[in-house]
Amino acid sequence: MSKKIKVLIAKPGLDGHDRGAKVVSRALRDAGMEVIYTGIRQTPEQIVATAIQEDVDSIGLSCLSGAHNKLFPKVVSLLKEKGADDVLVFGGGIIPDEDIAGLKQAGIAAIFLPGASTEETIEFIRKNVKTA
Amino acid sequence: MEDLVSGLLAGKVRSLAKAITIVENDLPGKREILQRVYPRTGNAYLLGITGPPGAGKSTLTDKVIAHLRGRGKTVGVIAVDPSSPFSGGAILGDRIRMQQHALDDGVFIRSMATRSHLGGLAKNTVDVIHLFDAAGKDVIIIETVGVGQDEVDIVRIAQTTVVVMVPGLGDSVQISKAGVMEIADIFAVNKADRDGAEKLVNELRAMLEMVKSEIKPEIFRTVATDGVGIEELVAGIFAHGRRVEESGLVAKKRCLQAENELKAYIYDMIMERITSLGGYDEIVRQVAAKKLTPMTGVEKLFAGLGIAQEE
Repeated sequence: MSKKIKVLIAKPGLDGHDRGAKVVSRALRDAGMEVIYTGIRQTPEQIVATAIQEDVDSIGLSCLSGAHNKLFPKVVSLLKEKGADDVLVFGGGIIPDEDIAGLKQAGIAAIFLPGASTEETIEFIRKNVKTA
Repeated sequence: MEDLVSGLLAGKVRSLAKAITIVENDLPGKREILQRVYPRTGNAYLLGITGPPGAGKSTLTDKVIAHLRGRGKTVGVIAVDPSSPFSGGAILGDRIRMQQHALDDGVFIRSMATRSHLGGLAKNTVDVIHLFDAAGKDVIIIETVGVGQDEVDIVRIAQTTVVVMVPGLGDSVQISKAGVMEIADIFAVNKADRDGAEKLVNELRAMLEMVKSEIKPEIFRTVATDGVGIEELVAGIFAHGRRVEESGLVAKKRCLQAENELKAYIYDMIMERITSLGGYDEIVRQVAAKKLTPMTGVEKLFAGLGIAQEE
């Protein structure tokens, strides 16, 4: 029996625009993954604590408020602090092109911009998670 | 594996989380973990929360957690949501209502998908409960999937089962039906500030007058979103636990649980041996084509294991 891929979709920051996060959650579900969705306005600390308790393979962060440069790297560094840096972190939302390189350098494995297909995200997760 | 189990027994979050993954997914090491963990189980209070979708189970669970924390109890939560019958995937959203506890070390919440298991729980829920128990959680709350009528597995596991009801779901005939209505140790009439709540309470009361069980279920009114009635509900839960303890029903319940656990392992073990012999799929096809009866099919499979059927 192969282990199911488990993904946490989380929205750090203060914006309440969760349509994208929900669309991605459903697409991952339809691809056979188990998705934990924790709702809007989560702190990086809450996201990391949840990821550790749920022992997820991947975290998808969605942010449309413009605070991604602060919040996404914070999630990665907290994971590292807790010894859980094997979790694959990706992000999406309204993110200017010039920010992407910095986010990748900070350990966000991929950024999906508006217009990206859900298939791209699914494919990316399948290829990159470290399943036991 | 050694580290994992000792970490778990010491209550370490990551060890518990990793051990749950192994047990939930039937990965290698599961047997060893459970063997080592079993002797340390049996101390937690198991509380089941069940009811129809949208009744407020998760919100109620959230408020019950807060109350238990106020009493100094550590809490484990298993939140079960359904898997898609088409893709096998799932969206597990019960945690949304419980995120205020995300940073509390005394609370560990784990979501589980049913993975097409029927009965309101996920397949390996019982094993995961053992892990929480051995990790020292005082109370383990099992929130079932939103159930309709016949998903009653929770009653075989929990010391106290709370059935969450809301006004407006059906008439009094629904209340008289068998199934979920019969498994309640406690009814929580949630959204009690809404029209129809009093009527529901009265109908439940009328139904309970005819119940012959030794310990009659109690009814509590709650408005989970505002925290109304939670203190009384939690007190009622523990009062029920004490009554069960005093009545001697505990031993009976423990035996029932043990038997169910054994049965599940017997099934798994026999299925594993039968399918490993080969020929299983062919017998399924023959039964499907009506060339064999299911009974003859079983006899053939058992003969393969060297177990002869007595006439």
